[in-house]
Amino acid sequence: MPDLRELYQELIVDHSKRPRNFGKLDGANQQAVGYNPLCGDKITVYLKMKDDVVEDVHFEGSGCAISTASASMMTEKFKGKTRQEAEELFEVFHHLVTGGAEKDSDTSGKLGKLAVFAGVSEFPVRVKCATLAWHTVRSAMRGEQALVSTE
Amino acid sequence: MLTTGVAGLATGTVTKFDVDRIRLDFPILNQQVHGKPLVYLDNAATSQKPRAVLEALRRFYIADCANVHRAVHLLSERATTAYEGARKKIQKFLGAADEREIIFVRGTTEAINLVAHSFGKKFINAGDEIVITTMEHHSNIVPWQILCEDKKAVLKVAPINDAGELIVPELEKLLSPRTKLLSMPHVSNALGTINPVREIIAMAHSRNIPVLLDGAQSAPHMAVNVQELDCDFYAFSGHKLYGPTGIGVLYGKTALLEAMPPYQGGGDMISSVTFEKTIYNRLPYKFEAGTPAIANVIGLGAAVDYLEQVGMNQICAYEQDLLAYATDKFERLPGVRMIGTAREKASLISFVMEGVHPHDIGTVLDQEGIAVRAGHHCAQPVMDRFNVPATTRASFAFYNTRREVDALVEGIEKVREVFA
Repeated sequence: MPDLRELYQELIVDHSKRPRNFGKLDGANQQAVGYNPLCGDKITVYLKMKDDVVEDVHFEGSGCAISTASASMMTEKFKGKTRQEAEELFEVFHHLVTGGAEKDSDTSGKLGKLAVFAGVSEFPVRVKCATLAWHTVRSAMRGEQALVSTE
Repeated sequence: MLTTGVAGLATGTVTKFDVDRIRLDFPILNQQVHGKPLVYLDNAATSQKPRAVLEALRRFYIADCANVHRAVHLLSERATTAYEGARKKIQKFLGAADEREIIFVRGTTEAINLVAHSFGKKFINAGDEIVITTMEHHSNIVPWQILCEDKKAVLKVAPINDAGELIVPELEKLLSPRTKLLSMPHVSNALGTINPVREIIAMAHSRNIPVLLDGAQSAPHMAVNVQELDCDFYAFSGHKLYGPTGIGVLYGKTALLEAMPPYQGGGDMISSVTFEKTIYNRLPYKFEAGTPAIANVIGLGAAVDYLEQVGMNQICAYEQDLLAYATDKFERLPGVRMIGTAREKASLISFVMEGVHPHDIGTVLDQEGIAVRAGHHCAQPVMDRFNVPATTRASFAFYNTRREVDALVEGIEKVREVFA
């Protein structure tokens, strides 16, 4: 049976209540809007890329605890990463929340604190909440103009 | 099982309503979810099915399965009799003047689309206006947007107040000589508001404007008589009325339906076909192209029989009592705000909770065995009107109990613990 404490870990609740890097970003040179039409969650991700490196990243919008915490912790993780490192993190995170990660693999090493989202895999309907910001930041990084939708 | 008549409603008591016995008619309710007894409070999305409906479906497939209106063999005759028998039951249930006014469709959505296509094709021209309200389900917005775009017609939206009630004088101002149709919900799915439709229909008719009522949320909760209401169209979904999915009803007044062109072409909707000229079938078959959802129609007939046995007035009175009980509890919950506080409400509570997103509330409640809906309820303009991204909605049926309301309230306390 899935356990609520696995999903709503202290760190997740903390980030959902006090999201980091929240709000517009001065000097952003790329941005994208992500939307989950099922629940109405909408976030904007602002990126400041310098050459191939994420110099800074912010987000704003409204969402549930899972999507807000995921966005908040993603922004912390992405600062200073290269485009390719960010793309790799996307894959590893996606793998984690969709239940693909094995406990003894080195994925948790790569993700660091983000490993707290492993509990999401027990709640399939919440995977889209956890990945909304990630799809959005990837779209911003790739310079895609269209609204990112989870559907 | 129950007293007959409307004694419960007349005396304002529901003491004769034996909910524990009612619950035995719904086998699905007797189960555990995440190790807790299931508390099903998502009835506005779809309601559960009584044994009578399940048995009717089973009987059809085991004993009577054949196509309708076609063959001379016995099974087809039995299927046709059962199918047309269900139409008569639904005619009676809605108080329609004639069984030919009952058109079987997939659900409320298809019923509204049928009217938008067929009535729209015949009667809507450039510059005409169609009036809807802010409290619509998307299914009573989008078909009209498509039609208006196609016909260069104009969609007007009547506003609601902070309680989620329609502002009738504002609606009246929108009715003009160019208005060709008023399409509105009888009961709001996101707010629970029961609209004063009799008064509004009279107002529209005094200007020769026909009215379509979206009855998806009224048919399951109150006795509806389309002739007393005098609505021109009434649409509802079988699956919200304790019947099967994939079946619904469009009621339309004969004169209007006669004047409207077919919606879809195919078998059953024709009298004769040649490559030069096709003659359409008479009502209601003109609007029922192809093999219909025969088993589901028969299942819906069984649902209507069951509801009439329990009594729609008893159901209404019991649910109103449950709503009052729940409302009283919710008013005393700190940090919880109800969205939709109309004086006349059907049995649902839509709410938001300070600092907690509806999705998280939904997940925590699910772990407590409680099924609610979290989201925009296919009514995004309502969410925008109240400036919330989403709400949590607990919608009650006549098999729900005060114990279950208590469980919901305890579940909300649990939500508070998780996010404290």
